[in-house]
Amino acid sequence: MGGPLVQVLSLSHAAEMMIAVMVGMGFGWVLERAGFGRSDNLASIFYGRDFRVLRVMFTAIATAMIGLYFLDLAGVMPISSIGILDTYLVAQLVGGLLIGFGFIVGGWCPGTSIVGLVSGKVDALLFIGGLVAGSMFFTLGFDSFGPLQDAGARGRVLLHEQFHVSSGLMVLAVALFAVASFWAVGKIEKALRTRRAAPAPRLAPAPEPGSAAPAAAEGSAS
Amino acid sequence: MNDPTKRFWNPYTAGFALGLVLLASFVLTGHGLGASGTFKHLGAVVLHQSNPTWAEENGNIGAFFANPARSSLDDWIVFLSLGAAIGGGLAAFTARRFRIETIRGPRASREQRWVLAGAGGILAGLGAQIARGCTSGQALTGGAQLAVGSWVFMFSVFGGAYALAWFVRKQWI
Repeated sequence: MGGPLVQVLSLSHAAEMMIAVMVGMGFGWVLERAGFGRSDNLASIFYGRDFRVLRVMFTAIATAMIGLYFLDLAGVMPISSIGILDTYLVAQLVGGLLIGFGFIVGGWCPGTSIVGLVSGKVDALLFIGGLVAGSMFFTLGFDSFGPLQDAGARGRVLLHEQFHVSSGLMVLAVALFAVASFWAVGKIEKALRTRRAAPAPRLAPAPEPGSAAPAAAEGSAS
Repeated sequence: MNDPTKRFWNPYTAGFALGLVLLASFVLTGHGLGASGTFKHLGAVVLHQSNPTWAEENGNIGAFFANPARSSLDDWIVFLSLGAAIGGGLAAFTARRFRIETIRGPRASREQRWVLAGAGGILAGLGAQIARGCTSGQALTGGAQLAVGSWVFMFSVFGGAYALAWFVRKQWI
């Protein structure tokens, strides 16, 4: 094949936009079914209650990564034929922090807010209003803020190039990192659930004589 | 879960499906996924309405108006978001989850959430401009490509959100 379909077949702009709509439909459908049309599902990771966001994200990244690098090694679609994102270390660090602040304060990120909006969530609508306003502020102040976009520019750097290992080994390492993180967040969820449930029996009045000891923390959160 | 009808997907199933959508996007178009660009476009339309010359000369959005024969909204990212709205809407309706409401924790008022949602949007809008992408355009797309900066970005997003989580906890828990 040699590259992405749109390039190989030199598809028209209109056809490419049709494909974009279809890919977008899959994107929106999956985000909604993942539970990301609700901001409380998104925020709960930051209180250690439900690491759904991390599980979905890391599984998605690992799946697409394995597919991409398989196609690259098989010579079907070289990784260099797709739009690889350049690295701007400082810009991505600062911008990432701001998006993280926006995520926990606002309850959404840009992609999920679209799904929230079409799920009828008023907070998603207001978040989107903020997104448009924030983008406009940046454009209005572009002469001053513009250089921040380029801060820490490193060009195209991939993780295996950075660590001087083969791409296959890096893919394996990232996949193992994902699996390890799933195991770790499962432990964290369980520990915090036990801790939240623990004080309750101690504060409860003494059980009536003769009755069985109250079962502590019967309900499971999920 | 207070979901009345259907449960959400298992997160690993959803993640696998999302990964396949992302991979399909790469194979079909050469692009990953994204969303924040659409809001940049919407803001650009507003600015262009009020002062076309200024907008066309602006370093951030000028390129959107380079071809006068084509609408500035006739762009891949806008169509992707349009699709996401259609797909998300279909999923919400068919699961009977569409409901006009403000999501908030037990201790938060609706008005408080409205203000914080707007403020959070402004922060995320600025951040997405600086980082050249958001959770989908940077973390998912660049993460799967193994781009170094996108991994820095992803940990930065998580770090930023965890850093402020305690201060806004009454909004959520």
